[in-house]
Amino acid sequence: MKLITAIIRPFKLDEVREALTEVGVSGITVTEVKGFGRQKGHTELYRGAEYVVDFLPKLKVECAVAESSLEAALEALANAARTGKVGDGKIFVQSLERTVRIRTGELDDDAL
Amino acid sequence: MKTTHPIGSTVATSMKEGNQAVMHSQIHPRVSADDDRGAPRVAAAFAALFALATPTLAFAQDAAAAAAPVANKGDIAWLLVCAALVIFMTLPGLALFYGGLVRSKNVLSVLIQTLIVFSLVAILWALYGYSLAFTPGNAFIGGFDRVFAKGLDATAMGATFTKGVYIPELVFFVFQGAFACITCALIIGAFAERVKFAGVLLFTVLWFTFAYTPMAHMVWFFPGPDAFTSNDAVPGVLAQSGFLFAKGALDFAGGTVVHINAAIAGLVGSYVVGKRVGYGREAIKPHNLTQTMVGASILWVGWFGFNAGSALEANAVAAQAFVNTFLATAAAVLGWTTVEWLSKGKPSMLGAASGAVAGLVAITPAAGFVGLCGAIIIGALAGAVCLWGVNGLKRLLGADDALDVFGVHGVGGILGALLTGVFASPALGGAGIWDYVTETALPEYSIASQVWIQLQGVLVTVVLSGVVALIAFLIVKYTVGLRVSEESEREGLDITSHGESAYEN
Repeated sequence: MKLITAIIRPFKLDEVREALTEVGVSGITVTEVKGFGRQKGHTELYRGAEYVVDFLPKLKVECAVAESSLEAALEALANAARTGKVGDGKIFVQSLERTVRIRTGELDDDAL
Repeated sequence: MKTTHPIGSTVATSMKEGNQAVMHSQIHPRVSADDDRGAPRVAAAFAALFALATPTLAFAQDAAAAAAPVANKGDIAWLLVCAALVIFMTLPGLALFYGGLVRSKNVLSVLIQTLIVFSLVAILWALYGYSLAFTPGNAFIGGFDRVFAKGLDATAMGATFTKGVYIPELVFFVFQGAFACITCALIIGAFAERVKFAGVLLFTVLWFTFAYTPMAHMVWFFPGPDAFTSNDAVPGVLAQSGFLFAKGALDFAGGTVVHINAAIAGLVGSYVVGKRVGYGREAIKPHNLTQTMVGASILWVGWFGFNAGSALEANAVAAQAFVNTFLATAAAVLGWTTVEWLSKGKPSMLGAASGAVAGLVAITPAAGFVGLCGAIIIGALAGAVCLWGVNGLKRLLGADDALDVFGVHGVGGILGALLTGVFASPALGGAGIWDYVTETALPEYSIASQVWIQLQGVLVTVVLSGVVALIAFLIVKYTVGLRVSEESEREGLDITSHGESAYEN
């Protein structure tokens, strides 16, 4: 099992969710986050006070998938989240040791 | 039951020959004539009472012989609405305008300071403020005739700017009281986000007493138009008037008394209280500019009462002030936005809203005196100059005037006061100088000398408010304290001073 963590543009969420659903991912968790990468921030001006805003709002999408569907999920996610401009985000993949479905107690692949 | 107030407003006419004209500026002439038909016994009692307090009483008996003043229902209705509009400016107008500009952890502190300062000053106004501002005294401060609202009942009458036209004194009392409240509330913006609540209260009491009431007296008090019986009477009337009124300073609705006065106090406060923790290093951003926009818009609406109501009558002067308040503000919004757009690259909402307030401030002293073109020029200039006030000038001053009370109200107020002297000129479409003796405008008008008089008005305000504010802040600093701890400031005043928070997150 793998845990996919993707940082995406907020407005891409619906496309990403649809794309993941199509390749069989049955659940995702979304968190509003802020961060910086290659995309530059912007400046804000309030009367005389100018502030550089480095941290931009992004969404963190997490989903657990079986090894077999990892490649399809990554491709679907990347295609859906891509605009081609700086700031599209990143995808991280980690190994996942255990999964438990709380309601039934099912384990691992059965719990995905 | 009817009571009467034989406080004389007739004027000694034994003064030297003088052909001095007097400006039509917002004042409150204390006029009252006896209505002996109502309750002669009560009148006599009052007469005896005031005989001790008021030397002018001697003239009251003459006034009593004149017809009892009757107020016009239209004037009353208009001014009561205006008083409510001025109250609406503070609550919620100013509160929202300021509330949106602070960080979310301090919004409630600003709202409660506005609400409490307003309420405190309203009571002080009744206890002694009104008396010190608007009863006969000397050139700098009034007397004690109306302390504890003594004699302020539904039968007391006050003068307007027209001979023989009166309004109930209660109307004038509440209208002017609303001015005192908003002036003290304006100051809060300068030291927002780090001031100690008790310190605000003590400062308000001190500054209201020793800066607001004398300024209002100096600028607006005169014995009323009826006192100008002849040219010979003029010096005597002026001798009983406020210092700046007698000088001929034009301040229609409170550029000096309200805006410069409050702005200087705020500036001094921002120096004495010190900069906010993290000022200049951390991002200290307005938390809700929507609130600020709503507040600025309410201020604009309320300002129609503030400026047009200052005519004290429902007449053409009120209409002039109303239209000028409409146009100057619009011009200032465009002025600020244009300069900001050109110089900073983007037209900002906060800039446009600030421009509106700058225009409102600048047209305040000029409202009833200048023509439409004058109002537009004053507004446009105010927008541009106040933008400098919150940028270049602010950096120059080096104070953390948190919500730019000085940059907007001080700079706009001073600009407006001086430009009033320019655009009140009949040659530039203004109303000129009103001669209460003949009830016409004088034909001659010198822009240079009027601007000089205006400048003197500004300087007197700056010095008086500055000195009183400095002493008051120092008293507060070494008694109840002026500033919260750094830890409390970081956590936010809402939680640490008031035990509540505005938003869930």
